[in-house]
Amino acid sequence: MSAYRDKDPRIHGIQSKIRVVPDFPKPGIMFQDITTLLLDPKAFKDTVDLFVERYKGKNISVVAGIEARGFIFGPPIALEIGAKFVPLRKPKKLPGKVISEEYVLEYGRDCLQMHVGAVEPGERALVVDDLIATGGTLCAAMNLLERVGAEVVECACVIELPDLKGRERLNGKPLYVLVESH
Amino acid sequence: MFAAENGLKGDPRLQAISDAIRVVPHFPKQGIMFQDITTLLLDHKAFKDTVDIFVDRYRDMGVSVVAGVEARGFMFGPSIALAIGAKFVPLRKPKKLPGEVIAEAYELEYGTDCLEMHVEAVHPGERAIVIDDLVATGGTLSAAIRLLERVGAEVVECACVIGLREVQGQRRLDGKPLYILVEPREVDGCY
Repeated sequence: MSAYRDKDPRIHGIQSKIRVVPDFPKPGIMFQDITTLLLDPKAFKDTVDLFVERYKGKNISVVAGIEARGFIFGPPIALEIGAKFVPLRKPKKLPGKVISEEYVLEYGRDCLQMHVGAVEPGERALVVDDLIATGGTLCAAMNLLERVGAEVVECACVIELPDLKGRERLNGKPLYVLVESH
Repeated sequence: MFAAENGLKGDPRLQAISDAIRVVPHFPKQGIMFQDITTLLLDHKAFKDTVDIFVDRYRDMGVSVVAGVEARGFMFGPSIALAIGAKFVPLRKPKKLPGEVIAEAYELEYGTDCLEMHVEAVHPGERAIVIDDLVATGGTLSAAIRLLERVGAEVVECACVIGLREVQGQRRLDGKPLYILVEPREVDGCY
């Protein structure tokens, strides 16, 4: 589901602040740069508010954010809805006991980790990242949470690249995005 | 300077924040007592109090830029920026930022690393704070200060949740004020 289709008046302002950088990190990729959104306090606040309005009062106790841009959007949402924030990180960054989930990249594999004990069975969780492309990272994030017995209520991203069909990789889990980029 | 010496002496929030931080011995290597803030992020009240203390301090200081050091500075900086109406500027490891960047090298225990910032993110004359979870030697914060000053910003203060022994007693870093909430703990009873 996209807020864009709901035509919330804040969406246009948010989309206009996202900068597209051609050929980054390599030729052919149109990189969706959210750092310019963060430079506009009103647009950044609107972004967070749209998620908070959707998730407040829904008994969500966990916001899991994917390193590193998920760390920018996740904590403000967690603080506003009364949830804990759980960072999902690249290997060897988290100091305590972790569980790991591998996922496939275009070339090769990568891995996402979460602290054991951060999330308890039965907790209702969101996964937050700036963007969903192929859905591989989000899928790994959901797996981590489900492996410890949490219920992933929804995945939330600022941007979706629908042509990459990431939504289909989420095993039927709902996805909420603010803007689409084709 | 520690918050307890600067108006927050006896503030019960500081003890709760300190208690919420987990100490992990010998990470990433033998001898290091790692101060793990992820447990603070699990404690909604303590996490909110952490942000609120920084917000209360900076909201009336005309700060228009909150620069956060990757990656744990990203966990605190944006909430502060949103509350005080400032922009958030991520300072990142090399090759992560897609636009035109300036880079500043800094020393590690063995070797050097590099911090980058988008050149157009900050304008001359803007008042900025730098935020990170912890200050140890101050090398990373010094690099952050240099990046902001190179584009003509004024670094008003560096803010960290935890300040290590090396900076204890130092009220300033490279001539910039340093504001720290808590000291590190040596060991946890529970872990």
